[in-house]
Amino acid sequence: MKQSKLALGPLLFNWDNDKIRDFYYRIADEAPVDQVHLGEVVCSKRLAGKNYLPEVIERLEQAGKQVILSGLMLIMDDRDMKAVDDLASMADDYLIEANDLSTVSLLRGQNQNKPHAIGPFINIYNEATLKYYEDGGARRISLPAELSKDSLQALAKAATAALEVQIFGRLPLAISARCYHARAHKLSKDGCQYVCDRDPDGLTVETLDGQDFLAINGLQTLSHSYCNLMSELPELVEMGIDHFRLSPHDVDMVTVARLYRDRLDGEISAEEANHRLAEEMFAIEFSNGYYHGAAGREQIGL
Amino acid sequence: MTKMELVCPAGTPAALRVAVDAGADAVYMGFRDETNARNFPGLNFSVEELAEGLDYAHARGAKVLLAVNTYAAAGNNGPWITAVDNAARLKVDAIILADIGLLDYARRAHPDLRLHLSVQASASNAAAINHYVREFGVRRVVLPRVLTVPEIREINQKIDIETEVFAFGGMCPMAEGRCSLSSYITGKSPNMNGVCSPASHVSYVREGRDLKTNLADFTINKFSPHEQAGYPTLCKGRFSAGGEAGYLFEEPTSLNVTRILPELIEAGVSALKIEGRQRSKAYVREVVRNFRQAIDAAGRGERLVMEMDNLSEGGQNTTGAYNKKWM
Repeated sequence: MKQSKLALGPLLFNWDNDKIRDFYYRIADEAPVDQVHLGEVVCSKRLAGKNYLPEVIERLEQAGKQVILSGLMLIMDDRDMKAVDDLASMADDYLIEANDLSTVSLLRGQNQNKPHAIGPFINIYNEATLKYYEDGGARRISLPAELSKDSLQALAKAATAALEVQIFGRLPLAISARCYHARAHKLSKDGCQYVCDRDPDGLTVETLDGQDFLAINGLQTLSHSYCNLMSELPELVEMGIDHFRLSPHDVDMVTVARLYRDRLDGEISAEEANHRLAEEMFAIEFSNGYYHGAAGREQIGL
Repeated sequence: MTKMELVCPAGTPAALRVAVDAGADAVYMGFRDETNARNFPGLNFSVEELAEGLDYAHARGAKVLLAVNTYAAAGNNGPWITAVDNAARLKVDAIILADIGLLDYARRAHPDLRLHLSVQASASNAAAINHYVREFGVRRVVLPRVLTVPEIREINQKIDIETEVFAFGGMCPMAEGRCSLSSYITGKSPNMNGVCSPASHVSYVREGRDLKTNLADFTINKFSPHEQAGYPTLCKGRFSAGGEAGYLFEEPTSLNVTRILPELIEAGVSALKIEGRQRSKAYVREVVRNFRQAIDAAGRGERLVMEMDNLSEGGQNTTGAYNKKWM
């Protein structure tokens, strides 16, 4: 477990430039993560006015973190496609994480096959599909959240690329052309006023009976619960999966990263780590159902 | 001008016959297992039934498209490979695939088998579509329901293959093939199990005079006595966010493109797909007949709008993502 790598996944939420800079500067200085993903995954409208990238990249690289640039997951119009082209143009200097086939096609191609990463929004459910992406130059593959441990085990056995699993944070469950944040504020996507920036961890969705259900993040729908695979780490490593993704939230991610790192280094037990994580993430509901072949929201042994 | 092809749902062998008789140019179905995205009890075809369906359809000039559009399981891809092999052996007119591993297999093992790219592949732009064309030789793409008509027109200008679009029935407000809402709540997903919001997890609970529809203990909707209760599809319920309750994701409504048929034709679309493998024979008969009329009218340059409220969820219809305002 000591060889395992911790990555900070791409920020899914619409934070402002200052908040983003402060966040990543502290990650650079203090967080025991090996890789940090940057880039807009959810909505290309959010790219307007964002100017943090060069400084943040520099600070992270100076601190010895590997920067990985993640792309949009749903690419429909020219603005989306331009963001993809811009991203692919950086492939000589950075590992690019593709979240859509159009991005893959730019990185993988005749005489190219630039080494790249595949994100969890690309559907890799079986060995044959895994091999297809590996053959095209994918060196690091982040797997879909709904895979059970049996599937993960079979994939790990077949893999030559490094495999990654998300172990912390709300799970991305769906993406749409429709903006649910705008809709919740009775606006349309075109006139959205960027209302998604009001909810730094997503907008909670409850049932009519007040049950915590999902979370809205612009075009994206997330789980309400936060995935936590702290207890499952030894089994994952045993299978051969040793890259782990923490999805960033508006909490002390340095402390969160430290807990997972300490667990991986064998400094603390899973019980202790989970206890301290629960203290840090006051009132947050955790889940680990997918791994155990159950509904994603289930809590097995937590 | 070639008329648009009318592609109709064949949930059962009987529905196949109804659709063909009502004027379908093509019918689509799946085998009775997890290899297709309508894996519900009482639906779908055995290999023998598919062979019979092929005879029936071909004798009447209709094509047969077989959906193997879920994602093969790691460590157990047998059922999917078998489905592709059987489809090829029976000589279906095309097989509808989403999984790249299966596309690769089909292309190598059955080079003469026509491949259609399922909506479940979420190929939402020309670059992605052309990637599938180059890599696997797909001949038609079913476009995900996230594109406006102008975006569809642009895509058709940048690709050489046929496009098929959903024209009527239940709609996913989320990008198809990329949705884990159902598996988050019930453990069963469209991609892995071919189901969404499965009946096995549905319950109806009386609360005073109201009727609550539940999915795995989560309240999806509540209906007062004068309201028509809908099936608790996860994303079609009423929820609250920011203190306000309502249909946060999508209202009960059916997709219906009859009012924009000429625009879809002008945008270069080749085929219209009717959703509804779970629907009754009467539903299929009426919808297919109406679309047959609408397509024939469009072929004469006429716009024939058919509301079909009695066949629509919530008694209302929408053009969904085809119109930017829906987003």
